[in-house]
This record gives sequence, C-alpha cells and structure tokens, in this order.
Amino acid sequence: MGALIKAGAMPAAEQQAAAEQRQYLTFVLGGEMFAIGILCVKEIIEYGQLTVVPMMPESVRGVINLRGAVVPVVDLACRFGRRPAELTRRTCIVIVEVDNDGERQDIGVIVDAVSEVLEILAAQIEPAPAFGARLRTDFIHGMGKVEGKFVIILDVSAVLALDDLALIGQMVAQDDSAELSQAA
Amino acid sequence: MNLDAALQTYIVESRELLQSMEESLLRLERQPDDADAINATFRAIHTIKGSAGLFGLDDIVRFTHVVESLLDRARDRQVPVDDRLTALMLDCGDHIGHLVDTAAGEQPVDPLALETRQAALLERLETFSPSSVPRVTDMASLPIERDVVVARDEAVPVGNGAWHISLRFGRDVLRNGMDPASFLRYLATLGDVISTTTLADAIPDAADMDPESCYLGFEIDLRGAASKETIESAFEFVREDCQIHILPPNSMVGAFVGLIAELPESIERIGEILVASGAVTHAELVQALAEQEASGGEPKVGEILIEEQVIQQTIVQAALDKQKQVKEHKAADGKLVRVQADKLDALINLVGELVIAGAGAGVLARRHGDGALQEATALMSRLVEEIRDGALRLRMVQIGDTFNRFQRVVRDVSRELGKDIELVITGADTELDKTVVEKIGDPLTHLVRNAMDHGIESAERRQAVGKLAKGRLMLNAYHDSGSIVIEVGDDGGGLNRDKILGKAVERGIVAAGASLSDHEIYQLIFEAGFSTADQVSDLSGRGVGMDVVRRNIEALRGTVELDSMPGVGTTVRIRLPLTLAIIDGFLVGVGEAAYVLPLEMVLECVELPEAGREAPVHRAYVNLRGEVLPFVRLRDHFEVQGQAERRENIVVVHYGGRKAGLVVDRLMGEFQTVIKPLGKMFSRVQGISGSTILGTGEVALILDVPSLIQQAAVRESAHIGLFAQGMADRASVSVQ
Repeated sequence: MGALIKAGAMPAAEQQAAAEQRQYLTFVLGGEMFAIGILCVKEIIEYGQLTVVPMMPESVRGVINLRGAVVPVVDLACRFGRRPAELTRRTCIVIVEVDNDGERQDIGVIVDAVSEVLEILAAQIEPAPAFGARLRTDFIHGMGKVEGKFVIILDVSAVLALDDLALIGQMVAQDDSAELSQAA
Repeated sequence: MNLDAALQTYIVESRELLQSMEESLLRLERQPDDADAINATFRAIHTIKGSAGLFGLDDIVRFTHVVESLLDRARDRQVPVDDRLTALMLDCGDHIGHLVDTAAGEQPVDPLALETRQAALLERLETFSPSSVPRVTDMASLPIERDVVVARDEAVPVGNGAWHISLRFGRDVLRNGMDPASFLRYLATLGDVISTTTLADAIPDAADMDPESCYLGFEIDLRGAASKETIESAFEFVREDCQIHILPPNSMVGAFVGLIAELPESIERIGEILVASGAVTHAELVQALAEQEASGGEPKVGEILIEEQVIQQTIVQAALDKQKQVKEHKAADGKLVRVQADKLDALINLVGELVIAGAGAGVLARRHGDGALQEATALMSRLVEEIRDGALRLRMVQIGDTFNRFQRVVRDVSRELGKDIELVITGADTELDKTVVEKIGDPLTHLVRNAMDHGIESAERRQAVGKLAKGRLMLNAYHDSGSIVIEVGDDGGGLNRDKILGKAVERGIVAAGASLSDHEIYQLIFEAGFSTADQVSDLSGRGVGMDVVRRNIEALRGTVELDSMPGVGTTVRIRLPLTLAIIDGFLVGVGEAAYVLPLEMVLECVELPEAGREAPVHRAYVNLRGEVLPFVRLRDHFEVQGQAERRENIVVVHYGGRKAGLVVDRLMGEFQTVIKPLGKMFSRVQGISGSTILGTGEVALILDVPSLIQQAAVRESAHIGLFAQGMADRASVSVQ
C-alpha cells in the first residue's frame, strides 16, 4: 500500500523511468542466468563478421561494423574468468551503451542466448553475496529473485569499465614479453 | 536575418581585419614608406569602426575613431611613420581585439584593466595629435580631399553650411536585416542633424504594397566636422542596394537635388566619383555630360574634363584608381564563400560513407561477374574518388596564414629578449587540412619561442663567434611522400650534447654510462620533465615544453625529429599527415583478417623467397637487390592462429628515411580508406592506428607502421637480451 501511494505521488516521467529501471534483460551465459538493466541496452544483433584485434586480451574478441560505426565486442565469459563462449546458432551480441567519464560508448557483449525482459522489483533484489557467485563482487549489482530462483544482475559500468579492459590489454602485452623470456 | 548572426559575422570579420592590419603594420615596420601597407591599415580600422557603429558598439567606435584619425594623418604624411607609430598601432590593434572579444562576450575581460589600458593608449595617441592646429593649410595641398577643406573652411559659410545627404533605401533593406532608422541614429552621432525629410512617395497602394519592402527615402542635412568618408561609412552595409548621395557643405544644394533624380544611378560612374571627391562641382559635371551627349558619347567624362582643364590629370587618375580598386575588391570578394566548418565536416563524413558504399558496390559487381556492371561501378568509383579529393581539398588551407602570425610573435619576443631576430618564411603556400592547421599552432608557438630563447645566442656572443648579429629563425613547409613536413630552424648555437646527456642521466631518463648516438641524445629533450635551461625564463625553460609538443604532434598521427649542429643551429622537423579523415590505403591479408597500410608508405611488393621462410626464428632479413631488408612477420607478430599460406609476400615500406618489410599472406590492392577511430578500449594497442570498413562490411585495422616496427624491434632486442642473460645464467650454473 505504501509503495502504491508513493508511486501515485511520483510525476509520470519519473514513474516511467522507475518502471523501466525495474525491467531487466536476462540472458544465458555458460548455463547461468544473468540480467542487465534494460536502459543501457541499445539493441541485440546476430553474431557475425567479427574482426579480431591482435594483441588484445581474450576477453576483447574484436570489433564489428555496426552500421558504419566500429564497435568493440567483449566476451563476457572471458571477462568473468571462465572459458571463452562457444559460438552456437543462438549466440548473440548485445549492444550496450556505457558511460565512461561522461563519454558514451557502445560496446557489444557476446552472450550464449538472450532470454526475456523481466520486471524485478527493488524489494526483490538482494545484495551480492560476499563470495560464492564465482564472480568479482564489484561486477554484481544485486541478486534478483525470479520465480524462486536467483538471477545475477550485473553492474554494466563495472563489467565494461574501459580503463580496466584497456589495462588488461597492456598486461597481456607485458605477459607476451614475459612468455618470450621464458621461451628464451 | 538574425542580428546575432550579423554580429557574429562582424566579430569574425573584425578579427580577420585586425589580423591583416597586423601584417600590414609589420610590413610597415620594415618599409616605412610602403603606402599600400598604411592604406590597408587605415582601411581595416575604418571598416571596423564603421561596422561597430552599426551594432551600437560605442566603445569600439570611440577608440577606433581616435586611431583612425591618427592613421589618416599618417597616410597623408603629416605624421612620420616610424617604429613608435607602428608599435603604438600594434598595441592599439591588440586593444581593439580585446574590445571585440568583449563584444563577442567570449572572454570575460577585466573591464578595469581594459579601461586602464585604453587610457594609456589614448595618452600615447594624444602625443601624436597636432595640438589642434587647423588642418586647412595641410589640406590645401591635397586636392582630392577638397571637400574636407570646405568643411573646415568656416570663413565663407554658404547655404546652411551642412552636408546634404540624399538617401533612397533599396527595397530589400528590411529583408537584409537592416533598420533604416538605425542609420539615421548613427548619423546623429557624427554631427547635428539639422533637418530630416522623409520621402514616402514611393509607397504604392495598400494592395500592391509589400510590408517587407522598404519604400522610404530621406533628405538629411547634417552639420558637423565629420569627413565625407565617415559619413559614407555610416552606410557601409546598405551602400550596395541603396542610392546615397552625400554633398559637401556649401555646394549648390538647390541645383543638385533636381539633378540627382535625373542621374542614372550607379556607384561606379566616373562623374559621381569626381563629384564625391569634391574635385568638380555638379554644375561642371552637368556641362561635361551635356558635351558628352553632344559628341555622341565618345570621349569619357574624365577626358572631357581634362580637355576643359577643369581638373588636373592627377585627380582624374586618383579617381580612376579608386574606381579600379573598388572593382578589384569586389572581384576578390566574389572568389570566396564563407562556409561553416561543421557543414564541411558533415559533407566529408558523407563522402566517407559514399566511398565505403561505392567500394561495396564494386565488390558485389566483381562477384557478379557482369562486365557492364563492373564498368559502371568502376566509373562510379573513379568519380567518387574525385569527389573525395575535391571535398578534402575544400578543407585544405595554406599554411602561410599560420606562419605569418609568427611575424608578430617573433617581433615581440625578440624585443622582450633584447635579441635582433628576423623570421624567414618559405613554403607558405603548402596546403594542409584545416583541422591539422588549427592544432599545430600551439606546438609551433612553443618551438618558435624555444628557438628564440635558447637557440639563438645574444648579439655579443654571435659576433664573438663570427656570426651576423642578427639571428635568423626559419619556418619552412613542404610536402613529402603523403605527409607535410614543417621545419622550425634557427642559426643559433645548436644543442649541447653533453649537457643533455648529463641532465638525462641526472633525471634518470637514461642509465649512466649508456652509449647513445647524437640523434638519440637530441631526441631526449622530448622526454617528459626535461629542460636544460639553467635559468627559468618567462618564455620557456620550465621543463614542460618539448614533451607536450611531442604529445600534441603524436596526437595528430605525426612525428617530430630534431637535427642540430653545434655552432650552426637547430632544426625541428614535424611530419604530419595531410588529412585526418581519409587515406589511400593498401590492403593486405594475414590469415582471415585484412589490414590496411598507408599507400604512401608502400614502396613495392616482392615474394618472400624460400630461403627467407625456412628459418624465420634465426634471422628476419632478406637480400633485396643487394640491400639488407629487415622484415616483420605479421602472422607471428599478431600471433595469428593457423598455418601460413603456401606463398607469402613482403610489402616493402619506408618511413622516416628507413626501409623495412612486412610479411603478409595476401596482397589485396589499393583501397580508399575512411579512418574510423578505434575508441578508448584499444588506446594502448601499439601498431594499430585505427580501423576502416571494407566494401564487404567487414572491419579492417589500419597499421601504424613506424610503431609496429619499433615494437617488433623492442621485442627482438628484449628477446636477444634475455637470451644472452639466459646463456650467462647457464654458464654461471655450469661453473658452479
């Protein structure tokens, strides 16, 4: 009841935003269910025609041509420290918009399959567990309860933090020389 | 028309005028008797003042008026043109620049400081004033300005002693955003308006009247000391489509009015110029016209007047010159179109997309195998190429304007330093992209100041080593294999090799005892936190200089190099791409992926000989017609999975005077490459400068050849170093 009254007092636009905020796109990755806020999802496209950028970490698969714009594509499974996603017929690229220091950039994310758009109320979101999710805790926005099961809601800006990804690229380059030294 | 937009135009124009005025003044400083330069200066100030009045920018009008009157007298040689005058005029120009900035609302200039400066400048201007001696005597020797003499000659007042101005506004005055009343108001600031008669006769019946048209005319009598030019300048913006007649005081006003109506109106009419300059009276002109008519219109008005000895030859010549000038001025204006930069950028972007789409059509046509279709797409792609070149050329500007700005910098800085330095500019007509020009200004300024401060020695020292006391600073530009090279050179003492090395060791940039070539040592000054100046001067020497220069230039995909000869001088060479948007590329394939090399770097392609393939681990060079050519295997470098193809090719590239080979699987030919930035995620990837989209819709990466090869070299030396280390370790182990 209290929530209802609150909702009634809110201006229409805010109400709408709040409603959208409660909507999440769920997808499957390595048999597990994840969710991201619908507001940052721009579109979902079929996987295809990806150009590999050499000397980048595995988690950055490469770049695609999105109607004339060159968009980097991140392998989420690799980013989570798991085995790279295997490509199937249902593999998709979710294009998300990330705000980075006031600069907006589109990034593609490879997922095994896109499921549906769900509404998860704020009351039904639990904080992230301290461990056990097999995921960096700062990647987790919360655990959403859907039909008695938990869905990991991702913090997109942390998962796709550009500085972080670029830094990994550099580390890989350093590893390269380290490997070289071992080879020697 | 939006008045804001008009004001913007005014501001842009004023800045350009100030710039050209500065150039004229600097020319004047070298050649004080350059009449063109002083005239150009005067015209610039005059136009700024006239237009400022139109926008009610009273501050600018008031100040420029004082400047203008001094220039006017300098023009008439009443005031000697010397260093003192040009220096003052340069300062006045700067001040007007500040006033314009204030009007633009761009820079919040401290009004108090502005006022103080203005007061100081006015005081200096005052020292030139002829202590209010009547100018009549001076003027008498200048027949062209006779109308002014008349204006001042109050001993013989005739008529009402006022200027008579007949004004017939053009139909489109209102549509052009001009308010007729504003002109009348401005006139009132020039003197006393004795009478104004509004002529509304031209207004048609209400049914035919267009409320957006202006049908008004005015007859105005103005009393005041204003010169004819000042009054004319009030109408600067409507002169084109209005009929304006300004008659000096004590002309036969009554006789004129009837005549004006009869005259076929045209500004360029010789007679009118003569009348306007006061050389002949209207009555004489009428007679001349009558004679011209009688003789069948053969001789020109001027000739008749000379025949009649009404005026002197020189005056006619002056009038003719003026007429010619007006015409030339108009012609020059007609050649230029002002276009907003973003419109141009949008066009270039579109052309970029067109290039990609055209390439796509070409790929499809080839796949289809239809001859006629291929021919059509080939024709189209050739045209697209021409459009691309044309569109890019629109953005190309000559570097001369940028270089010329340094005249002032060099002048000011050399005075500040007490050194006598001349600036020598060559290659000013070299063209490069506007976006590059805009970004090159700051690094260049830094280099120029550095050269003047540290490079060129003091006059005493120069003489002591047998050089000319006057230092030379060279700015040069030229095109070289698809890029533009800008050189900043000085004939100073050159860099002190040992001092740089010492400093670098002290700062920990270089390990002590390292052996470096001269070239490598000179490059050290581009390292962060490096400055060899013993004393921090106002200009440079804070140690934040050269590394910023290098960063700025690298951000433009350019490189910077330095040559120095002890005792002879230093030259900094900046190499920049001509444009930042599109390049001619050469497409190569490695495994599945395609890469683009800048075509201007590609020298030739040869097949990798069997010998070169066998033991790539042990050596990576081939014999290219007797030359040793080191190569980088892209397949290994990029760690591409899979087996190499049966035949591999070497693309021979050159950069910065060196040659190297890149081993690739396939050669795929030339490709027009629209550069797309790769974004922040890939900012740390070396060897790749950007990306592009192929005709098939695939993304191809653009290789940054110099950094790629440098990276390969670093890897190799690390490899060798570690290998040697490993050997040493093993050796020590065996000893134990």
